[in-house]
Amino acid sequence: MTPTQEQEIWMYQHMVISRFFEESIEKIYMEGKTPAFNMAKGPIPGEMHLSNGQEPCAVGVCAHLNKDDIVVSTHRPHHVAIAKGVDLMRMTAEIFGKKTGLSGGRGGHMHIFDANVNFSCSGIIGESVGVAAGAALSRKMQGKPGVAVAYLGEGAANQGAFHEALNLASVWKLPVVFVIEDNAWGISVSKQASTAVKHNSDRAAAYSMPGIHISDNDPIQIFEKAGEAINRARNGEGPTLIEIETSRLAGHFMGDAEAYRPAGEKEHLVEIDPIPAFKRRLQKLYQWTEQRDESLRKQARETVEAAIKYARDSDYPAPEEALEKVFV
Amino acid sequence: MTQVKAKERKLTIARAMAESIAMEMREDETVFLMGEDIGELGGVFGNTRGLYKEFGPDRVKDTPISETAFIGAAVGAASDGMKPVVELMFVDFFGVCFDAIYNMMAKNTYFSGGEVNVPMVLMTSTGGGYSDGGQHSQCLHATFAHLPGMKVVAPSNAYDAKGMMTAAIRDPNPVIFMFHKALQGMGWLGTEKEAIVDVPEQTFEVPLGVAAVTREGTDVTIVGITSGVHHGLKAARELEQEGVSAEVLDLRSLVPLDREAVLKSVKKTGRLIVVDEDYHSYGMTAEIIATVAEAGIPMKAPPQRVAYPDIPIPFTPPMEQWALPSVEKIIQAFEKMKEAEV
Repeated sequence: MTPTQEQEIWMYQHMVISRFFEESIEKIYMEGKTPAFNMAKGPIPGEMHLSNGQEPCAVGVCAHLNKDDIVVSTHRPHHVAIAKGVDLMRMTAEIFGKKTGLSGGRGGHMHIFDANVNFSCSGIIGESVGVAAGAALSRKMQGKPGVAVAYLGEGAANQGAFHEALNLASVWKLPVVFVIEDNAWGISVSKQASTAVKHNSDRAAAYSMPGIHISDNDPIQIFEKAGEAINRARNGEGPTLIEIETSRLAGHFMGDAEAYRPAGEKEHLVEIDPIPAFKRRLQKLYQWTEQRDESLRKQARETVEAAIKYARDSDYPAPEEALEKVFV
Repeated sequence: MTQVKAKERKLTIARAMAESIAMEMREDETVFLMGEDIGELGGVFGNTRGLYKEFGPDRVKDTPISETAFIGAAVGAASDGMKPVVELMFVDFFGVCFDAIYNMMAKNTYFSGGEVNVPMVLMTSTGGGYSDGGQHSQCLHATFAHLPGMKVVAPSNAYDAKGMMTAAIRDPNPVIFMFHKALQGMGWLGTEKEAIVDVPEQTFEVPLGVAAVTREGTDVTIVGITSGVHHGLKAARELEQEGVSAEVLDLRSLVPLDREAVLKSVKKTGRLIVVDEDYHSYGMTAEIIATVAEAGIPMKAPPQRVAYPDIPIPFTPPMEQWALPSVEKIIQAFEKMKEAEV
């Protein structure tokens, strides 16, 4: 399954939007946090987990999904949310804690919910898998089309939840795809130091499902393999586990000094940054000109800037609105 | 005109729960069951008996012993238009799956600004008294009721069990439905006969968050839930022999909590005993007494609580029976109050 030119450009475009978004968030996050770093200060308080470098995992999978399909993402959700079509204005406002945010400021950056496109995420490692399996069960029981995708980090594959949900999904042959974004680091502990298997995809064998390992952070390969897995799910052939070796270009969260990284690792990751690589591919295959590239980037920048302006201009909720929406 | 007296039909809580679930499943295709041994076996505590036969394995799903997975799955299914009823066999097993319960089920509505509903029921057995040891005998009422985002209810008789289960399934919010093992009507767990009551055949709801005055009285209010209500009723009958008129209030629901019903009764009696099989400290008993204290109701005597001591539940019968709330302890609490008045 190879992407069409249109699909490739869509993927590249969403990677670029996502990167502009994270770079913008990165700058704004530091407002009010210098000279002394205080997480509670500035227009974007709290923890911030940037997804720079992991964009291929988002676009390569979500290119196959429509609005009705379900995605449950992680504590590092922005790239996936953007690829799934989450309302960027309201998502940005949520990250800023504004009244116009997706949940009116109750959730924040780790709790992005957009019911219109069936997107949600969780700050708890490994809890995406059960929820996605259940949404897949729901579609199967209702006879409605749609697959569910659970994103998780490589560290989450050492959680009990992961093993329980894979087993359940396989026993019940659910239309769900588990996508591990292996960025090699669980905060500061390397995958090698924490995980008994080299590839988590090997663990799929224990649950009688295909385990796909993708060693490059390459959107095209991801597109191909994810497409096959999603088709399997759509055809009622059951779940698939995919592990993608991706790159975390930023720290675990903003403020992370990253002293645990071996010398030269970061420089190497910048060299293999998937966005310039994708641009070179487009130039080679589709006469992608600097002019077209600049036009795409300009549009991406405008999309992000409009969302940020919307978030900045929005009001904070009244404090006592915190008491609402506990129950419906 | 002839008056037709409706035929009495006494059910156990176990049968009343199964009947409610069956009726909702007939009416609403999105209602389905998941849990361990809830299928062909009919539930370890009998509350899903007959459902597998009527609805089959697609809607009555035996799960692997994977509470994290199937409760997490219930959250995902509930958010996608289904109404799962899931069973956590013993409430004591909450440890392994509390992320799915508390970090997902109870919070997703809030995190979505009310745009994602999680209409699911998590039914779970509570209570001891039959020497099942400290990992199969707890009540943990307060553990759940303390945490916002989920309703927590616990019936003391079969009528309430049917009506509250129906209300719980129809509720758009997640509901923890606790049932006490000794009240289930399973002979092998020490059946409380007064929990077996007349239950109408037709469907009906008992609203969640409304307490019931189980026995009217004027001298002392005994507040309880599940087993505590039955201890309270027995104690009230003993107190009556001594000329004391005790009112018994069945909370039925911990979240929402019917504080008004408590205040109304205590205003009348001026005396309060709270009975709970859950642990003594930081629990339901403290919440009820604090409610009364905050309202500034003049009391004839300091309120008393009869709750489980702050110890893991011991195995051996002499120890366990000694630690449980009892009729005697309620009578003693009342006598203590009377002494304080003299």
